[in-house]
Amino acid sequence: MNLRLACSLAMASLWYRRKVLALVTLTLTLSITLLLGVQYLRTEVKQTFTNTISGTDLIVGARSGQLNLLLYTIFHIGDATNNIRWSTFQKLQGDQRIDWLVPISLGDSYRGHRVVGTNEEFPKHFRYGRDQTPELNEGEWFNDVFEVVLGARVARKHDHQLGDDIILSHGGGKTSFSNHKDTPFTVSGVLAPTGTPVDQAVYVSLEGLEAIHIGWESGVAIPGRTVTPEQALERDLTPGSITAALIGIERKVLTFQVQREINEFREEPLSAILPGVALSELWRIMGQFETALLAITGFVVITSLIGLIAVLLTLQVQRRQEVAILRATGASPLLIAALHVIECVLLAVAACVLALMAGAAGIVGLSPWLLETWGIQIGLRPLNGMEWLMIASVPVAAFLVGLIPALQAWRGSRKQGLGHVMAE
Amino acid sequence: MPDMNSQTDLPAYSSTITREALRVSQVTFRWDQSQGPIAFPEITLNNGEHLFLRGPSGSGKSTLLSLLGGLILPDTGKLTLLGEDLASLTSGQRDRFRADHMGVIFQQFNLVPYLTTLDNVMLPCRLSRKRRARALPTPEKEAESLLTALGIPPSHWHRRVTGLSVGQQQRVAAARALTGGPELILADEPTSALDSDNRDRFIELLLGLAAEKHSSVVFVSHDQSLAARFDHQLALEVTQ
Repeated sequence: MNLRLACSLAMASLWYRRKVLALVTLTLTLSITLLLGVQYLRTEVKQTFTNTISGTDLIVGARSGQLNLLLYTIFHIGDATNNIRWSTFQKLQGDQRIDWLVPISLGDSYRGHRVVGTNEEFPKHFRYGRDQTPELNEGEWFNDVFEVVLGARVARKHDHQLGDDIILSHGGGKTSFSNHKDTPFTVSGVLAPTGTPVDQAVYVSLEGLEAIHIGWESGVAIPGRTVTPEQALERDLTPGSITAALIGIERKVLTFQVQREINEFREEPLSAILPGVALSELWRIMGQFETALLAITGFVVITSLIGLIAVLLTLQVQRRQEVAILRATGASPLLIAALHVIECVLLAVAACVLALMAGAAGIVGLSPWLLETWGIQIGLRPLNGMEWLMIASVPVAAFLVGLIPALQAWRGSRKQGLGHVMAE
Repeated sequence: MPDMNSQTDLPAYSSTITREALRVSQVTFRWDQSQGPIAFPEITLNNGEHLFLRGPSGSGKSTLLSLLGGLILPDTGKLTLLGEDLASLTSGQRDRFRADHMGVIFQQFNLVPYLTTLDNVMLPCRLSRKRRARALPTPEKEAESLLTALGIPPSHWHRRVTGLSVGQQQRVAAARALTGGPELILADEPTSALDSDNRDRFIELLLGLAAEKHSSVVFVSHDQSLAARFDHQLALEVTQ
């Protein structure tokens, strides 16, 4: 069979019918973009997700499930069930096997952003992504009780500069009615964007959190018992308890040993979790949802392919004359069938190319917004094997469904006489 | 996929082997069981001779053309084209035979709408190596000279055929049938959509160019006034 002739005829035919076919191609393009987009985002979100924390060997908190502990310490979702005593933290600090500890104290908020009480160990030891430390964009890490370091998004959203004074709120939530208005904090530094929940939080010292809660022991400010910043500084600001701690262990073989001992700690019930294990469990739950989403988009692509075939079958009625001419000129039924299959595959390839361009443009256009709104950092990258496989499967599927009109044309043209007269 | 348009194992049909363009002998055909068979008269046509076929509708004119074109096979009898028994060929070989040795002109809508005038004329040369080899000096040059001879202005050559008038379309169809000098040209009422001036000019050009290329023309029409221009004429009867 003359493949070159079939291809050039198919292309001329598609171009001739471009107005009718533009819409179905657009439908197909959109559905492929959707399919690729979901798959691409899946990979990227998973990457961002697993990048949230690295380098930490154990997370210690009050006794609870590992997902809960991971969610509130790292993702700032949900609340701690209980605290751990400061004496316990100090005991852990004394453990020879543990190389570093980062205390984390949660509970307050600033305009809906979590306030994280910690110390100077945090910028030294907290890691995200590929072993990256949170860098300060401007200013420096807090040195004083009433200094605060802002996450990149917090600073940007509320347009805070170094030296601004901010008032923290008691408890969580976007609007809080009980504010620590007597004890403002001064912005001493702003972190660079990380694409992790770090961007959404504000960081103060443990002593600062202690200071603003003097007179708040019952949960609300009791008049006459609260203090001014100056008075607070004269008190002992050693915290009574913290929410959790991140632990680094240089000799990895000791990790499980330390974990077991913490889990069996006699003085209070504690949980020590491996962040990697908890992350993959969390991803397994979310991953099911994403797989379902991917399956749905797969069906969208199949639906648009069926739409394409419906249009091609409708066009076939108009093409009877053209087929008669080709047959009379000596084209075999096979050539007529090939014409249909090639047209179908060419449309699918065109849709794939358009989808790739639309996808790339979409990612470039939307990535600042995604980082801004959802804290998801997405950039252009070469497609991976799975994604190429998905794109390639579309022309293959088009080839298969294209066999339907092709078979019909092949059968029709075998029965056809010379000209269109005997076509019925 | 079998290569249907470029196989070369068929014998070369040319006037040096046989002088007979076609022979129809005791051929009958029926489209389906509910209708009676159509019986065709004996027809013999030598190379380069033209045949005028006349008959009322229902007399099997189009069926005869389909048989001659090798699109259908006779139920009984023997159909020989250029010395070759069509029944002995596979359907793929018959497609090739048609591409190599026949030009076809329909009543109307003769052209592939998405191709240019020139591409429509050169279509047989793209489907058949033999036609391409015989289109001298090149398929494009031959197509251009045919279009010139048939009075299609060069401004239309590289444009899509949808802008042509009906008369022009029929002449482009004639150019396509003639390109590469096929031995046999089948014309199915090609002038029925034309006015009398156009019709006379069309026949004149077709027969003149066919003579140049040594092609036989089988011309089907119900217009008896055209018959005088042909070497032979035959009337088909309604057989039922």
